[in-house]
Amino acid sequence: MLTTVIEKLKLHFSNSILDVREFRGETTICVNKADIVKVCTFLRDDESCSFNYCSDVCGADAYAPENRFEVIYNLYSLSYKHRIRLKIFVDESDLHCPSVISVWPGANWPERETYDMFGIIFDGHNDLRRMYMPEEFEYFPLRKDFPMMGVPDSIPLPRK
Amino acid sequence: MGLEHALGDTALTTTIDSAINWCRKNSLWPMPLGISCCGIEMMAFAMPRFDVARFGAEVFRFSPRQADLLIVAGTTTYKMATVVRKIYDQMPDPKWVIAMGACTSSGGMYRTYSVVQGIDQFLPVDVYVAGCPPRPDNLLHALIMIQEKIQRGESRSTPMTVTAERQEQQLLQIQGINNN
Ligand code: SF4
Repeated sequence: MLTTVIEKLKLHFSNSILDVREFRGETTICVNKADIVKVCTFLRDDESCSFNYCSDVCGADAYAPENRFEVIYNLYSLSYKHRIRLKIFVDESDLHCPSVISVWPGANWPERETYDMFGIIFDGHNDLRRMYMPEEFEYFPLRKDFPMMGVPDSIPLPRK
Repeated sequence: MGLEHALGDTALTTTIDSAINWCRKNSLWPMPLGISCCGIEMMAFAMPRFDVARFGAEVFRFSPRQADLLIVAGTTTYKMATVVRKIYDQMPDPKWVIAMGACTSSGGMYRTYSVVQGIDQFLPVDVYVAGCPPRPDNLLHALIMIQEKIQRGESRSTPMTVTAERQEQQLLQIQGINNN
């Protein structure tokens, strides 16, 4: 089933697909950042793909000079019961990437979480606020250069 | 009590004091703050098997205004710290605090940016309970320690004052943890 999906993607988006990887039976497709919404819409609407459930959106920090951040989309098809993973790369100099909430409204909170933890800005998101950290927090905790014990006094404690 | 102002430290007032302390220690009303896994053991501590009713503290109050013993049972994050403090501030005096579990006492296994490394950074604590999670009998032991404390006439009815040195100490503490 997945082979059809990959073939179709390659056929329709030959310029947007950067790489197709397979590891332990899991397929990951690296996609051009600008085309992610198009690819996602196709994956959702196409008959033989039918990825109608976006199970998670998360981020990763490779801490590399180029393509430092990754945004990862884990998709699932409730009708065919197959999974796929999409990946886009976000550079530190330009932290913007398109939001997929127009494709799956359920991606709203996962994208907020990714913003909260990595500082990646999802363009077109309707409510990009902090999720776990306090509103006035200035840092992004899951970045590799964030100290594990946090920045002293960055979150005020109540007075004793 | 106020009575001692009128009568001084006489046999009458000290006897009344100790009678009142005896009443207090045998009718502690806990405010349960089960904010993570330790909360489960705290529930067991109230259940028939361990039966905190034997010590007169079975009336768990979910309103801080009716409670005089705060049991902080669980990982306290920085975001939650404000809430914990607010609950403590709403409790009427005299009041006591049990820090239950490794997380609450010291941050426990969460040596990370989001967890307060010990609630004593923002709250006066009377008894710390070791364990992850502590067994309910361990918590009972803490309760008995509080009772002994009350019988001795010790209470934290006056809030601790914040001094400049204390704040600096805290800051050094936080930075020290960071350097490790
Ligand atoms: S001390 Fe252990 S059991 Fe208690 S809240 Fe922390 S992790 Fe959970």
